[in-house]
Amino acid sequence: MLNKEAKLNPKLFLEEVEQIPIRNGYGEGLLIAGEKNKNVVVLCADLSESTRSEAFAKKFPERFIEMGVAEQNMATIAAGLGVSGKTAFISSYATFSPGRNWEQIRTTISYNDSNVKIAGHHAGISVGPDGATHQAVEDIATMRVMANMKVFVPCDAIEAKKATVAAAKLWGPVYLRFVREKTPVITTEKTPYTPGKAQVLWQSKKPQVAIIACGSLVYNALVAAKELEKEGIGTIVLNNHTIKPMDEEKVLEVARKCGAVVTVEEHQVMGGMGSAVAEVLAKKYPTPMEFIGLQNTFGESGKPTELIEKYGMGVKAIKAAAKKVLKRAR
Amino acid sequence: MEALHDKKAKLLEEIANRIRETIIETLVEAGSGHSAGPLGMADIFTAFYFHILNHNPKKPNWEERDRLILSNGHICPVRYVTMAYAGYFPLSELKTLRKIDSRLQGHPHRTSLPGLETTSGPLGSGLGQSVGVALAGKMDNKKYQVYCLMSDGEQDAGNTWEAAMFAGKNKLNNLTALIDRNNIQIDGYTENIMPLEPLKDKYESFGWHVLEIDGHNFEQIVDAVNVAKAVYEKPTLIIAHTIPGKGVSFMEKDYLWHGKPPTREEANVALKELRTLGGKIQSEHQ
Repeated sequence: MLNKEAKLNPKLFLEEVEQIPIRNGYGEGLLIAGEKNKNVVVLCADLSESTRSEAFAKKFPERFIEMGVAEQNMATIAAGLGVSGKTAFISSYATFSPGRNWEQIRTTISYNDSNVKIAGHHAGISVGPDGATHQAVEDIATMRVMANMKVFVPCDAIEAKKATVAAAKLWGPVYLRFVREKTPVITTEKTPYTPGKAQVLWQSKKPQVAIIACGSLVYNALVAAKELEKEGIGTIVLNNHTIKPMDEEKVLEVARKCGAVVTVEEHQVMGGMGSAVAEVLAKKYPTPMEFIGLQNTFGESGKPTELIEKYGMGVKAIKAAAKKVLKRAR
Repeated sequence: MEALHDKKAKLLEEIANRIRETIIETLVEAGSGHSAGPLGMADIFTAFYFHILNHNPKKPNWEERDRLILSNGHICPVRYVTMAYAGYFPLSELKTLRKIDSRLQGHPHRTSLPGLETTSGPLGSGLGQSVGVALAGKMDNKKYQVYCLMSDGEQDAGNTWEAAMFAGKNKLNNLTALIDRNNIQIDGYTENIMPLEPLKDKYESFGWHVLEIDGHNFEQIVDAVNVAKAVYEKPTLIIAHTIPGKGVSFMEKDYLWHGKPPTREEANVALKELRTLGGKIQSEHQ
C-alpha cells in the first residue's frame, strides 16, 4: 500500500489523476528561487518556452540571459557568473546541455566548482515524435560520472519545483533532469523532499521485490506494484530522486528487506541510476537485479506511451522484471 | 591608470627579464610544460601585475579587484612566476609546479590557488567565462575590469566566437580581451593549420573595438589598455604581436618549442642569454 507518511496524491490511482509536464515545476521553482535570492540568474539557449524559463524571463528580465543556440557558450558564461556571486541556471534540451557542452561543464563548472545548475529538458524517449536526436538517454550517466556534480531526477511537476528550489539553495554544480510530456502528479506540496533522501512510496506487508525508480517512470513502478500485490507479490517502491549523492542507506535497507531489486529509469541501463544502485549493492549487499531502461539502443519517433511500451519500460515490463528477479532472490 | 614613464618602463623590463629566467628554471625543475608561450607573454604579464591591475596580492579575493583571466591555461608558468614575484605566494613554491600535492597544477585550477579566477587549459572556453564574470560585474554595478588573455590557436574554437558574438551584442565595455598573436600552435604555424586572418576585421564585424600592438613594448601595452577602458560602447580586443620563446634565440619563432621544457643544458644556454640580454651586456667576470 501507499506510504501514508509520503502524503501522496489521493487521486494517484484514479483515472482523473492530474497530468502535468514535469518541466512546469522547473519554471515554477525558478520563480520561487528568483524571488528569494536576487543573485539567481537564468540562461537559456533559444528554448525559453519549452524549458519553461519564460515566466522567469518575464518577471525578472534583468536576470534572464538569452544565449541563442550556443550551449557551449551558455555553460562557460554561466561558469563565469557562478564564480562571481551568481546562482546560474542553464536551460536547454538535455541532448545539447549537458550533451553538446559536456567538456565545458566538466572543466569550467564542475572542476572549477562554479555555482551553476544545469537543467536538462526533454530527457528520455517520452519526448516522442521529435525522435532520437532529441531524446537524451545518456545524461544521467554522463553527469553522475563527473566529480563534484549532484544529480536530481524529479518524479513529477511538484517534486521538480522542490528540486529546483533546493538546487538554488545548495552551493555548487547540480544537474536537474526533466521530461517533456504530461505525467501523473504523484506527490503533493506536503510530501517531504530532501535531496539525497530516497523515499518509500509504496510498501507491501510482505515485500519480496524492491522497485527502485526515478523520474517519470516512478508512476509506472507504482502501478506495477499495485498490480503485483493483487497477484500476491509484495513490493517496495523507492523514489530514488537523487542519483548523486545516492541515499545508500535507504537502497541497502530496501534490498535487505526484499532480497531482489528492479531498477526503473527512462535512460540507458548502462551507467544510469540502476548502475549506480548496483555499485552500492555489489559492495555492501550483493542482490540479484533486473534493469528497466533502454537496452543499448536509440529511441525513435512515436507517441510517448507507444515508445515506453516498445522499449520495455511500461507497467507490463516492470512486472515481468519483478517476477524474473524474484526467482533469483537471495 | 597612469601612462608609463621611462623609469617605470625600464623597471618593468627588468622584472620581465627576471621572470623569463625564473620561467626557464621552473620548467627545468618541472621536467614538462610549455616554453614558447610563457616566454612570449612575460612582458604582458609583467605589465598587468606590476602596472595595470587594480589588485592586492595579500587579499586575492578582494571583491573589487580587476579580474585577469587566462584562457590558454597551458602558458600558466608565466602566470605562476609573475604571481610569485608580485607577492601572491613564495617564489620557493614554484619548484612544485606539475608535481604531486602542489597548488601549481599543470593547467590552472581555480580552487587550488588563491588569485586564479578560473580553471583553464581546454582551449576556447576562457572568453565565455570572462564574459560571465563581466556580465556579473555589470549586473552588480561593479567597477572592476575583466581582462581575458587568449592564444591565437584557440581562435580555431567555435566557443570563442560564440562568446565574441555575445560580448558584442551585450556591449560589454568592462571586458578587454588580448590575443597572444605569436603565430604558432602545437602542430605548426597558425596560418597553415587554420588561417585566422583577417583577425582584426573578424572581431570588428562582431562588434568589438580592435587594437594591434607590439606585445613586447610596455608603452604600447599600457596605452592599449587605457584606450580599452575608455571605449564606452564596445568590448575591446588587443591583438598583441609577440615572439614565441622571446629572449632565448634558439626558441624564438619555432613552434617545436610550444609544448616542451628545456633540458638542463639548454636552460644554461638560455639563462646565459637572458642574463646578458642576448650578449649585449658583458659581465666583468666573463
